[in-house]
Amino acid sequence: METIVFSLLNGVIYGLLLFMLSSGLTLIFSMMGVLNFAHASFYMLGAYFAYTISEASSFWLALVFAPILVGLVGALVEKYGLRTVHVNGHVAELLFTFGLAYLIDEVVKIVWGRNAVDYRVPELLDFPLFELFGAQYPAYRIFTLFVALAMLAALWFILNRTRAGLIIQAALSHPHMVGHLGHNVPRIFMTVFGVGCALAGLAGVIGGNYLVTDPAMAVQMGPIVFVVVVVGGLGSLMGAFLAAMLLGLLQTFAVAIDARFADIFGWLGLSEATELGSITIASLAPMIPFLMLVLILMVRPRGLLGDREL
Amino acid sequence: MTNVAVNSVNVLGPSGSQKFMRRIVPLIALAVVLAVIPFFGPSRTVYSLMSAMGVNIVFAMSYNMLLGRAGLLSFGHAVYFGLGGYAAVHAMGAIEAASYGEGGFWASYPVFFLPVIGFAGGALAGAIIGWPSCRRAGTPFAMISLGVAELIAAAGFMFGSIFGGEEGISGDRMNGPELFGLSLGPIDEVYWFIAFWTFIGVLGTYAFTRTPLGKMSEATRDNPERVEFVGYDPQKVRYLVFIFSGGFAGLAGGMAAVNYEIFTPEALSLVPSGMVLLMAYIGGIRYFAGPIMGAVLLTYMQSMMSDYSEAWLLYLGLLFIAIVMFAPGGLAGIVVGLFNGLRGEGAGENFRRWSVQIAGIVLIMIGLITLVEVSVHWSNNYGEVFEPFGMHLPHDGVLTWAVIFIPFVAGVGILRMAHKNKEGQA
Repeated sequence: METIVFSLLNGVIYGLLLFMLSSGLTLIFSMMGVLNFAHASFYMLGAYFAYTISEASSFWLALVFAPILVGLVGALVEKYGLRTVHVNGHVAELLFTFGLAYLIDEVVKIVWGRNAVDYRVPELLDFPLFELFGAQYPAYRIFTLFVALAMLAALWFILNRTRAGLIIQAALSHPHMVGHLGHNVPRIFMTVFGVGCALAGLAGVIGGNYLVTDPAMAVQMGPIVFVVVVVGGLGSLMGAFLAAMLLGLLQTFAVAIDARFADIFGWLGLSEATELGSITIASLAPMIPFLMLVLILMVRPRGLLGDREL
Repeated sequence: MTNVAVNSVNVLGPSGSQKFMRRIVPLIALAVVLAVIPFFGPSRTVYSLMSAMGVNIVFAMSYNMLLGRAGLLSFGHAVYFGLGGYAAVHAMGAIEAASYGEGGFWASYPVFFLPVIGFAGGALAGAIIGWPSCRRAGTPFAMISLGVAELIAAAGFMFGSIFGGEEGISGDRMNGPELFGLSLGPIDEVYWFIAFWTFIGVLGTYAFTRTPLGKMSEATRDNPERVEFVGYDPQKVRYLVFIFSGGFAGLAGGMAAVNYEIFTPEALSLVPSGMVLLMAYIGGIRYFAGPIMGAVLLTYMQSMMSDYSEAWLLYLGLLFIAIVMFAPGGLAGIVVGLFNGLRGEGAGENFRRWSVQIAGIVLIMIGLITLVEVSVHWSNNYGEVFEPFGMHLPHDGVLTWAVIFIPFVAGVGILRMAHKNKEGQA
C-alpha cells in the first residue's frame, strides 16, 4: 500500500514533468515536421539558466526569466538556423538539431563545468509537507505538481480559447491554408518554436533541482522525450499527456517492484541462478520507454491519439 | 532497326576507357595509397591512427549504404558494428581455446579472417532487427533505430556472459594459424591486416552500388511509389540493403576487434552511432568517396585534436552545423565543386569569388576559435591563459575581445558582400 501510494505520487509528478518537456516538442513536430533533437538541450539550458539566476537573485525570478531566455534562444535558432536548412528537407532539419544538441552540450560544459552544479530547491519550499506511512513527503514535489498543472491549464486555455491558439491549431493541420488566409506562417513557426523551447526550459527550471543539473541531463532525457511525442501521436497534446503519464507511472512502478524474472517465470523452470532469471524488474525501468517506442511504431504508427501517421 | 536502337544506347553510355577511369582507377589508387604508407616508416602513433581510420572508413561506408544510398537515417548503426565485433571477439576467444585445447574447427581458423565472422554477425543482427524497422522510411525508421539502439545498449550491460559487463570482453589476436606470414603481434603487421580489410570493405561497398539491388535502393530512396509500380517491393529492397549494411558494419567491428583486442558495451551505444553519422555526413553522403574523407578527418580530429584542445567536440559540432547549413554536399561536395569550378569557363571569376569567401571564412574561424579557446582556458580555473603566437589573451583583456570580434565581424561582412555581388550579377 505504502509503495503504491508513493509510486503513484512520484509517477504522476514525473509524468507531468515529462509532459511539460514534450508538449513543446509535440507542437513543434506536428506543425513543422521537425523532430527537434536539441529539445532536451533546451531543457538543460533552462536548468542552468535557473541555477545562475537563482545564485544571483532568487529562485522565483529564475522561474519567470529562465524560460523566457530559453524561449528567446529557441526563437533565434529557428530564425537563423532551421529556416535556412528547411529548404533541404526534413532530414537536414533533423541533422541540424542533432548538431545543435552536440553544440549546446559542449557550450554548457565550457560555461558551467563538467560536474553537476549545486542547483538546490529554494529554502521556502525545502520542508516536508506531510507525512504518509511514517515517511515525509517534500513540499517541492507538490509544488512541481502544481506548476505543471498550471502550465497544462494555461496551455489548454491558450490553444482552445484564444484567437492565437485557433491560428496555431489551424497551422498544425493546414499550414498552407493558414498562409493563404494572410497569416505570417514563418512567424507563427518561430513563435511556436520559441514557446515550445520555453516550456522545455520551464521543465528544466523545476526539474533541474528535483533531479540533477549536470551536462548529461540532456542526453538522458532526449530520447525519452521522443518516445512521449511518438507514442502520444502526431498533432495530439492529449496523446502526449497520456503517453507522458503512462511512461511516468510505468517507470516509477517498475523501479518500485522488487522482483526478478525468476520470481515471475519460475513456473517455466527459470531459476534465479541463471543470468536471465537474476534480472530484476527495476533494472528494466530505463528500457521501458524504448520498448514502448518500438512496439507502438510497429503496431500503431500513428501513436495513441495521433491524427496521422509519422 | 533494332541495331540502331542498341547502337544509340551504347553511344549514350560511358565508353570503355571512361568506365576504367571512373570505376577501376580510384580503387587502384586507394590500394596503392594503402600499400605505400608503410614505406614512409610511420611511427607507432601514426600506425595506430591509420588502423583506427581503416576501421572507421569501413564503418562509415556501411553507414552510407543506408543514409546516402537508401535514404534511411539511422541513429543506431553502432549496434551492428558492436554485435559484429562481439561475434569476432568471441570467435577470437574460441580460436585461443581451440589452439591450446583439443583443436577442431576453430584451431584451423586464422585470426586474419575474423572480419568475416564480424560480417556474418552484423548481417544476422541486421536480418533480425531489420525486419520490423524497414517497413517505413523517414522518421519512423529513424525513431525505431533509436529505440532499438537504446534497447540493445541497455541489454549489453545486462547480459554479462555475452557482453562482459562494464569491462567488456577481451581477446588475444596472436593465436591460431598465421596467414601471409603475419603474426599480427606488432602494430605494423596489424596495419597490413587493416589495410587489406579496408580495401575489401571499400571494394565491397562499391561493388554493391553496381548491383541491381544497389541501384534499386537508390530508386527506393528517390521515389518508393514508382518503385512499387515497376514491380519491386520497397520494403524488401530496404530490408536487403539493411542486411548488407549491417554486414559491412560488422566487418568494421571485426576489424576493430582484432585491432583493439577488446570490445565493451559502450561500442553499442548512441555515442559511436552519432559519430558515424557525423563522419558520413561531414564527408558527404551523395558521393561515394565522401564517407572515406569524413572518416579520415574525424578520426584524425578525434585522436589528434582531443590532445590539443578540450573543446574539440564543440569544433566538431560547429563543423557539422556549418556543413548541414551551407554545404549539404559535405567535404566531397566542396572538393568536387572546386575541381569543376577551376576547370573550363569562368575559372578566373570563380577563383576570385572563392578566394574572397575563403578569406571571410578564415577570419570568422579566427574569431570563433579565439572565443572558444579563451572560454575553455578561463572555465578550467587553472589560471592558464590562451597564448597563440606569443600573444597573451586573458579573458578580460581588451586585446582578446578585439582578436575575437574584429576578425569575426570583418569575416561576416566579407561573406555578405560576396553573397550580394553574386546576387547582383545573377
